[in-house]
Amino acid sequence: MKTLTTKLFATVGLGTALLLGGCEMPPPESTQWGYRGTGMEGLYNPDRLDELAADNVMPEAIPAVPAVGPKAKDIYQNVQVLGDLSVGEFTRLMAAITQWVSPEEGCNYCHVAGEGFAADTLYTKKVARVMIQMTQNANENWSQHVGGAGVTCYTCHRGNNVPEYVWNINPGHKVAGGMKNQMQNVSSVAAGLASLPVDPFTPYLLDDRNGRHAGTTALRDEGGVSLKESEWGYSLMMHFSSALGVNCTYCHNSRAFFSWEESSPQRVRAWHGIRMVREMNNEYVDPTTDWLPPHRLGKLGDAQKVNCETCHQGAYKPLLGANMIKDYPNLAKLAQPEPEAPADEAEEMSEAAGGMADMTTGGDQ
Amino acid sequence: MIEYQNIFTTVQVAAPDYAGVPVENTHDDRTGILTHSYWMGKLGDAQIGPIYLGPLGVAALFTGTIAFLIIGLNMFASVNWDPIEFVRQLFWLALEPPGPQYGLSFPPLNDGGWWLIAGAFLTLSIMLWWWRTFALGNNYGMGNQMAWAFAAAIWLYLVLGFIRPVLMGSWSEAVPFGIFPHLDWTAAFSLRYGNLFYNPFHMWSIFFLYGSAVLFAMHGATILATSRYGADREIDQITDRGTAAERGALFWRWTMGFNASMESIHKWAWWFGVLTCVTGGIGIILTGTVVENWYLWGMKHGLVPTYPMIGEAVVDPLLTEGAQ
Repeated sequence: MKTLTTKLFATVGLGTALLLGGCEMPPPESTQWGYRGTGMEGLYNPDRLDELAADNVMPEAIPAVPAVGPKAKDIYQNVQVLGDLSVGEFTRLMAAITQWVSPEEGCNYCHVAGEGFAADTLYTKKVARVMIQMTQNANENWSQHVGGAGVTCYTCHRGNNVPEYVWNINPGHKVAGGMKNQMQNVSSVAAGLASLPVDPFTPYLLDDRNGRHAGTTALRDEGGVSLKESEWGYSLMMHFSSALGVNCTYCHNSRAFFSWEESSPQRVRAWHGIRMVREMNNEYVDPTTDWLPPHRLGKLGDAQKVNCETCHQGAYKPLLGANMIKDYPNLAKLAQPEPEAPADEAEEMSEAAGGMADMTTGGDQ
Repeated sequence: MIEYQNIFTTVQVAAPDYAGVPVENTHDDRTGILTHSYWMGKLGDAQIGPIYLGPLGVAALFTGTIAFLIIGLNMFASVNWDPIEFVRQLFWLALEPPGPQYGLSFPPLNDGGWWLIAGAFLTLSIMLWWWRTFALGNNYGMGNQMAWAFAAAIWLYLVLGFIRPVLMGSWSEAVPFGIFPHLDWTAAFSLRYGNLFYNPFHMWSIFFLYGSAVLFAMHGATILATSRYGADREIDQITDRGTAAERGALFWRWTMGFNASMESIHKWAWWFGVLTCVTGGIGIILTGTVVENWYLWGMKHGLVPTYPMIGEAVVDPLLTEGAQ
């Protein structure tokens, strides 16, 4: 009887150990970044780290060319945002963009063969122009978020025509006639499959809903925010977490999520990130809606927008913090506005010139 | 030894059909099936049924079923009557309380109205079942401990779904009906009100909850370990302390210097269970009504330890950058 008991316990013990041990192998690695006892640390699965590193390899930069010689705007027509680049730089950047955004389609993704580079026939070219401005604006004006690494087209596109992770305004799942869609209480992909609100992006990354919901006083505050607001902010935070592949304590001390004093500096970076993305969606992405083809629009007819995952793609820093902008300084700053002709007129002028642009001067694209 | 470590009973409590003593003060008899099950006898008494439902039980089941159906049908409608989605999403679905814009008014049925109606029927059902518990205790000549313990749980339920929302002036503060949604609500509640772990009544509630588990295990273990000396007659041994009670008591006295008696251990267990709900309810009722942020409240009263921060000092960007 005694041996039986011992054997039984040994089997049960071993079985349990195997069962629990199988949850995540190998054991996670942890990195401490807060004071001991606060639980401010990151947990990584070493296996997945290899995978992450493999997914975030920066493409080799095209050899730099001198910024001397005639400017692109003097040689080509209808160069609205990159006109001040030397022809050499301009050609290099076009080649890089092709590699980043349309490696398969090549130049013809944005330019129609035989029509000249100047023509704005394809919507993709017009989008590219806006996206270049968006990138330059991010690098110039949002260093508090992207500083140190910068962003290029590749940060989001990674060789895809459209970045893999974009979002549209969520019309909500189908509910029975007469029911009101609560926009939550179904499996929410945005919120890491919680039952939290399904579209935290529209209020926070398009509209400027206030995400601060925690009480700010010790005792009762009559002007406090409704408890339901917390679920929306919570949903957005779940997106942050999964988009960056980090847990809450990357930014927060979990004993006081709201407290800035207790938070890590990354939280300030994220705060600027929210505002940066909001500007990208409102100032750059949304205005393209009118001339996008229907297959590029969401169910509610809106353009595909940016959120954290668009750039981060599961990494705490896009491309694991690799600095890409140093190789492409032409994307680091917005072009100086042309004093004599606003962009629209310049466009009209170039259209008037028709397909006069000389394809042969287009270099080796 | 193995018979004591096994979850199954060593002795089958099996006997001929027995309908029980007559019920006083009622006109109804016990009804339903009366059967015996060997496997149920492995876990408890081998006899199943009969039961006594009575008017209160029937009313409680009736109102409870209405609440259950309202909740279930609302969930079903929220996935457009799609049976596959209903099953697939069942744990995510909810009947959500009204939004804050409605305050304590009666909202449209599809925007929280059904939540109020379901809550009313569920509360009625629970109250009727409580009354039944109380009445049955009296009818059988028992004490009312069971009814009062149940009342403690009802107190917590009412605080969460009725009393606190009323004090806050909004139904939107109440808990949704749903499996995951009510868990997400709980986490959001703690985030909104600055971390419930700094709520002293929440601390008490956890103390009594975990304490209940420890006491339950200690008591069960003590009685099983001494049942060979007659500890199964534990109630007799309150007044007529036998060797089982003696050994169990001495084990704990020599282990930790103090021990329960055969009587007191049951009082400890009862109070631990009851106080889990009572203190929890106090903690919830104070949240938002009196205390806005438990972490800040804890700071104010020296409850929160301060840690040195590592790296650069972090300042709220709204204060340094201005709103953008």
